[in-house]
Amino acid sequence: MKISFVKIIIFSLIIFILIVFWRGLKINNNYDTKSLIGNRISNFKLFEINNEDRYIYEEDLKKNKYTLINFFASWCAPCRAEHKFLLNLLNENKEIKIIGINFKDKKINANNFLKELGNPYDFVGIDTDGKTSILFGIYGIPESILIDSELTVIKKIVGPIGQVQYDDITKLTQ
Amino acid sequence: MKLKIFFSVIYFLFLAPLYSNDEKTKLLEIYKNLRCLVCQGQSIADSNSDFAATIKLVVQDQVDEGKTTDEIYTFLVSKYGEWIVYQPTFSKNNLLLWVLPYFVFIVGGWIIFIILRKSKNNKAN
Repeated sequence: MKISFVKIIIFSLIIFILIVFWRGLKINNNYDTKSLIGNRISNFKLFEINNEDRYIYEEDLKKNKYTLINFFASWCAPCRAEHKFLLNLLNENKEIKIIGINFKDKKINANNFLKELGNPYDFVGIDTDGKTSILFGIYGIPESILIDSELTVIKKIVGPIGQVQYDDITKLTQ
Repeated sequence: MKLKIFFSVIYFLFLAPLYSNDEKTKLLEIYKNLRCLVCQGQSIADSNSDFAATIKLVVQDQVDEGKTTDEIYTFLVSKYGEWIVYQPTFSKNNLLLWVLPYFVFIVGGWIIFIILRKSKNNKAN
């Protein structure tokens, strides 16, 4: 029986397309930030919430062995939930410094938030219009980034820090 | 002096709006190629979300600084990954995505050519 070359090509194409679709169905289409781990953070200047003459930039974070940059706001309910874990980190993990960035918030509300729940931050920066958050690849809050002294992203936590994330941070910074 | 005023008026009446439209078109083009990460199937241009608004501010700033479209995409890809742009950049991971349409087009055309030639030959015989 003679099978024509054209038929073989058409059959192969159909098989190939089916394989691509089948594989495509298995790929997770939800955005995650895993690909950003290993990237370096650069070119930022954070102004302090209560004194905008004071600021920090990348060189300041290089002094820390590890830094956790946490974006928070007083209007964000999950930020309240994660706050106790940040306070635990402050008390139990001496390797880490926590930098808070207050995101699209009112100063007075942010200060009340910290007064009420405690202040785990070594420095509280301000991001009134959200532009700073873009420099850190943030797309919603709460979000936290763990970096080392080279400013390389070790972990990115999208959403509130819970017990699992707390344990991860502890493990990574030991 | 009069000539200067005349040219200034001409500039502000005709050339300045043209320039500003150019910038608006460029911005819109960039927004359309950026995916809103917190929306369902919307571009930054289509979305009114908080995230889209912030991205628009940053893009506007970078355009004002004189950055090119590619520089802006590279910046955002470095912050959010390839997912933020609708048109991915060429890399070995998406080689097939770029090459396959041309391959199918050429092979398809070739198959149609062979089939047509065959049917022509059959008719002639």
